[in-house]
Amino acid sequence: MTSGKPPLVSDADPKSESARVVGTDVAFAQLRNAQSMATDSIPSLAFSEFRLAIVNAPRQHRRIAALFGASVANQVKLYCVLAGDSEGLLYVGSAVVDGGSFASMTDDCLQANLFEREIAEEWGIVPEGHPWLKPVRFVRARRANAEGQRKLPESQSGIRAMEFYRVEGEEVHEVAVGPVHAGVIEPGHFRFQCHGEQVLHLEISLGYQHRGVERALLTSPARRALPYMETVAGDTTIGHASAYCQAIEALAASRVSGRAYALRAIALELERLANHVGGLGALANDVGYLPTASFCGRLRGDFLNLTAALCGSRFGRGFVRPGGVGFDVSTDECKNLMDRLDAAQRDVKNAVNLLWETPSVQARFEGTGALSQQSAEELGLVGVAARACGLERDVRHDFPSGFFRLTQIPMSVAQTGDVFARAYVRWLEIQRSYAFIREQLQRLPSGAILSTCSRPQPNRFCVSLIEGWRGEICHVAMTDSEGRFASYKIVDPSFHNWTGLAIALRNQQISDFPLCNKSFDLSYCGHDL
Amino acid sequence: MIKEVLARIQQGHRTSRYPLEAPNLPDRFRGAPALDPSRCSDTCNQCVEACPTDALRVEGTRIALDMGRCLFCTECMTACEAGAVTLTKEYRLAARHREDLVVTQGYEPRRKALDEKTRRLFGRSLKLRQVSAGGCNACEADVNVLGTLVFDLGRFGIQMVASPRHADGILVTGPVTENMSLALRKTYDAVPSPKIVIAVGACAISGGPYIDHGEVKNGVDSMLPVDLYVPGCPPHPFTILDGLLGLLDRLGESASSRQARVDAV
Repeated sequence: MTSGKPPLVSDADPKSESARVVGTDVAFAQLRNAQSMATDSIPSLAFSEFRLAIVNAPRQHRRIAALFGASVANQVKLYCVLAGDSEGLLYVGSAVVDGGSFASMTDDCLQANLFEREIAEEWGIVPEGHPWLKPVRFVRARRANAEGQRKLPESQSGIRAMEFYRVEGEEVHEVAVGPVHAGVIEPGHFRFQCHGEQVLHLEISLGYQHRGVERALLTSPARRALPYMETVAGDTTIGHASAYCQAIEALAASRVSGRAYALRAIALELERLANHVGGLGALANDVGYLPTASFCGRLRGDFLNLTAALCGSRFGRGFVRPGGVGFDVSTDECKNLMDRLDAAQRDVKNAVNLLWETPSVQARFEGTGALSQQSAEELGLVGVAARACGLERDVRHDFPSGFFRLTQIPMSVAQTGDVFARAYVRWLEIQRSYAFIREQLQRLPSGAILSTCSRPQPNRFCVSLIEGWRGEICHVAMTDSEGRFASYKIVDPSFHNWTGLAIALRNQQISDFPLCNKSFDLSYCGHDL
Repeated sequence: MIKEVLARIQQGHRTSRYPLEAPNLPDRFRGAPALDPSRCSDTCNQCVEACPTDALRVEGTRIALDMGRCLFCTECMTACEAGAVTLTKEYRLAARHREDLVVTQGYEPRRKALDEKTRRLFGRSLKLRQVSAGGCNACEADVNVLGTLVFDLGRFGIQMVASPRHADGILVTGPVTENMSLALRKTYDAVPSPKIVIAVGACAISGGPYIDHGEVKNGVDSMLPVDLYVPGCPPHPFTILDGLLGLLDRLGESASSRQARVDAV
């Protein structure tokens, strides 16, 4: 076990850990991933202090993992979770918004951009001075606020194309795509400002997939919670279900067996394998290299079928449950899984290596959609997209929880930030996830797979991070005085990364959009919730 | 080029022999429910209370499970100590009519082909435009996978096309969010008549886990007439394929009737 990382099951009183940070920055409370703390021990700051802490965070190599509003005693209170990747620590603070507006942070900290727009839309309060205040999902505000409604009338009147950032000039033209696209994919609207073939600016407008998950978690019967989590982003069923269960277990102070943790980790890496293999196939398709596209289309299914062998569902529905996992594997089944995994991996290696050996593929991958490390850091990107720019960020490594406290997977990083780098990071992760699963199947801890998970304790707060295949999944749960959810915030990695795609497209050929889009491989429903 | 040829040899022939052979499904596959009301006691309501989407109903000693709402999640099986509810390995779940998705005892596949006139139009060539209207990308992924070499949808004359104007119908996934309802309507209107509508997955049939959310419309048939319902969360690709082929009468019956004609000659 690495020193400084929390043990597998922590008996320590979380309160003692949540000491206030002393230093030049403002006092946010410290906590670790999947650890709960009393809600009233979260510092409630003056807004100016709260704002300063967030604005200064990037200078201290901390980034915004979540920034959201919650209704506290008829007021809107903002909560912010900052992630210190190199420290392995999370920082949390809060501030009440007085009246109908607050001073926007976006100009001083780009990462706040979408979060502030989301807060404005949901709570009817206005981030004064926000450079581009528009709805994020076109939802009705949870709380009526006359000033907010006057300044944000768009949210109230349903989704539609609205004013987009425009570039004007001779021969500048605009291209509108979506919400219904040509392929079998989810809906979203993309608005390009072009000069000839060159994209000067791309604006992405989503919200078409909004189903009201976060709101429903507070009002629907508890038995619906798991299906919601499994369908937040269906291709990340294991990732989001794991983040939810981890949060519930922390709030309830329940224990999970080592065997269940190991099986969750195996399922998480199988999900990564299936999606990365499918993604590389789709990238091959987008550059017209059909052999790999065709082979990987089949191989992705082979990995999904391994998940189906675990639990009957190709997407892992019903596998991760509060208190452990729903299905066990016998020694014979482990052997069988391993044989099938080996066979699939052999073919994946063969199919993917064709990409790196084919000059016409490399010519299309290299230099396309490049994002600088500085941009990636400023935008607070996570996951594959961040690692492809040379940022060392991986929840499994920085904020290990569950089985990753015992076993590490080497972090996969590339430097060039282009389509090639994003593809290559995925290839490295395929190999490392394969090796990890193989190793764990050979030495699964013994024990029960499911223990009773008690009810969440009242007035607790918990941040639960999981490295899904796209990147950091962040769930922030708060309970009320009866142990029900008072607030539940979901931040899919796509929420951070869509802006990265928009910036990567600048000065690219518009015909490279599908390739760039696929290389980020982001979720629409995970963003829209 | 030689590398591609060698890779092609290594990767082998992978297209499934379906429908000539039954598909190879995982042992833990969760398919059609089988109900045994004789095991139910008068007062028990446990399966109903466990179901996340209210797919089960109990009236006296009669239980009914609506596959259009079912997520195939096994909560009812776990809750029922008497063993009155089980999920079988039956993957052929699609039906033409909403009420045919309700199971009260054992289960037999209930697919029906389109009427002969429509079948003559689409039977050998069906082009579909897929619309995701709030789908979580699981149904979308398992529709997409039909285009891979394992299922090779094209060999049945069925194809997903880029434009609704090139399509004979739409295949909808997701509970139909308010925010997608206009786009769905416009896509449907752009398909030339006659046209068909296929709802894939619990969300598209009933709203699934999102039933009665203010943000969704509880499925496709709240705004469009549906010709085929394919239950599941998400349905297995073979469940979708079976539904499509059943609709076009391309399963079993046609092969045997063809053989009869061959024999007659």
